[in-house]
Amino acid sequence: MNAIVDDNAPSMLQRFRQSHFWHSFCIDRVAQISFLVFVAYLIAALLAPFIAPYDPYDPATIDIMNSELPPSWQEEGDSAFWLGTDAQGRDLWSTILFGTRVSLIIGICAVMLQAMLGICIGLVAGYVGGKVDSLLMRMADVQLSFSTMMVAIVVLAVFQATFGTQLYQELAMLMLILVIGIAEWPQYARTVRASVLAEKEKEYVDAARVMGLPALRIMFRHILPNTLSPILVISTVQIANAIISEAALSFLGLGMPVSQPSLGSLISSGFEFIFSGSWWITVIPGLVLVGLVLVMNLLGDWLRDVLNPKLYKG
Amino acid sequence: MSLLEVKDLEVRFGLRKGDVKALRDIDFTLKRGERVGIVGESGAGKSVLGFSILNLLSKPGYIAKGEVLFEGQNLADLSPKELGAIRGNRISMIFQDPMMTLNPVLTIGEQMVECLMAHRKITKGAAREIALQKLKQVYIPSPEQRLDQYPHELSGGMRQRIVIAIGLLLDPDLIIADEPTTALDVTIQAEIMELMLELCERNNVALILITHDLGVVSQVTQRTFVMYAGRIIEQGPTREIINDAQHPYTQGLINALPQMGIRGERLRQIRGAMPTLQAVPQGCAFSPRCDYVTENCRHVLPGFTRSGGCQVACHMVEEMKREEQRSAEGSEE
Repeated sequence: MNAIVDDNAPSMLQRFRQSHFWHSFCIDRVAQISFLVFVAYLIAALLAPFIAPYDPYDPATIDIMNSELPPSWQEEGDSAFWLGTDAQGRDLWSTILFGTRVSLIIGICAVMLQAMLGICIGLVAGYVGGKVDSLLMRMADVQLSFSTMMVAIVVLAVFQATFGTQLYQELAMLMLILVIGIAEWPQYARTVRASVLAEKEKEYVDAARVMGLPALRIMFRHILPNTLSPILVISTVQIANAIISEAALSFLGLGMPVSQPSLGSLISSGFEFIFSGSWWITVIPGLVLVGLVLVMNLLGDWLRDVLNPKLYKG
Repeated sequence: MSLLEVKDLEVRFGLRKGDVKALRDIDFTLKRGERVGIVGESGAGKSVLGFSILNLLSKPGYIAKGEVLFEGQNLADLSPKELGAIRGNRISMIFQDPMMTLNPVLTIGEQMVECLMAHRKITKGAAREIALQKLKQVYIPSPEQRLDQYPHELSGGMRQRIVIAIGLLLDPDLIIADEPTTALDVTIQAEIMELMLELCERNNVALILITHDLGVVSQVTQRTFVMYAGRIIEQGPTREIINDAQHPYTQGLINALPQMGIRGERLRQIRGAMPTLQAVPQGCAFSPRCDYVTENCRHVLPGFTRSGGCQVACHMVEEMKREEQRSAEGSEE
């Protein structure tokens, strides 16, 4: 008996390949290209220490005499530095690789923090309802009425002023993750709450209550999986947003220090030299950042269309 | 001791304009293994009664008066934890729409195992074994395969069988079935009702069957409660109620059933509609629709009168009984 069942049951891979998800991926060029580019970014970020010809974090390899060399295809370019060098003589290509890595780490970790806070708060608010709901959602409203940038600038500036630049530089990445993560949780909380309110009325929730399951279990095991698709969609957008926020903060001098540059601080560090003709220090990392955010947003759009049953085209 | 005893229960819904009585004067007992049916129009309070037995009323509903004793324990006094131990374990509930009562993202097996493990300290393997056994009890073909399927892979009738299997999972003493066959087509309805009857008889489980289908009630239950505007207006042995209904409303319900009779004859419906709970008339709630209404009916809420094995809330029946008694006394003298 069991043998027959096993033969007929499609494996995970087979199921995946027959799914609507895979099918719509196969027919959507934009999604495929975005996905490929995104994977390329991920690989570049993960393998940065192996791909990069120089280590931008190691001051010993930097020669100030190499500063502001243009990309190698220009007349004054040096073939040793493919994309040229920045004001401190670091190889721009290596720095961009490491910068992408920093940007992605901050983006993803900050969104994980947002999601954790937002999902828990949204679930509780939606499921418990009443006063708890009002209280939590008013907190979210208050949080949303401060712009992310403002909160981040105030917190980071105060931190920098109280604890000094030295400590700040060491903790910059952690601080950015915390600030961006905490400032944006209401996005998740609201989305999750809205879905929970819709799911809570369905009979399977009543049935689970009738079974005598504890409330936490109903929330996390029964309701949460049913609200996953909107969470997935906003996650892609939120990662892109977090990367932009980090870049903006770095550009303002409140983000990653110049010694461990992210894409944003690279753009910022080149900005002083843009009028002296060294455009590449700002423009190239800028393009890389735009590309990264663009593919994430395109993937998010595609995901939203796929997961929206109203747009199901069969 | 009776299994379930509901004493003078009153449920209200707190609205902005003031409280509305959704249930009142609910009084009944249920013996172990006994099957009762609750019938009535939509909005009569059948489902509210089912929910208030499990103390699962959602806001703004609350129990204003009376008690629900399950094996002598008042369910309203229990802590959420103690209540959780009774729900599902001792009392389980089956809902109307099997499309909705199963969680779409968990497999059948996961949902059954989860329910078992929430109440009993057993291993996953043992729980799966019990789940399999219950699926066999409800005659599901190739149950091993079903355990790993998702609800959307099954048909409506199959899903309702699974819901019933989940209801039976922990060998409860009481099942509350809230219109378990309404969402199914007629042939499947009959199968499901037969199955429920068989399972209840075999396992000596008490059943409260909430429905508006008198046909189903007459097949399955031993006693019937007829509800109107939040009140049980007639209760008694099912057979007596079907054959010789006392209350004009019950008579109307039975007359309204389509009969295999003369072609072209109109169905006899009860005229009017049930009043909303905000505007229940003074006196007997049924009086505006009743053919035998008197001035007394419009002003005085009828009490309960014994008539044979039945208990009826109707002035007319009360009057008739009184006259019967008088003439009996007269003949004795």
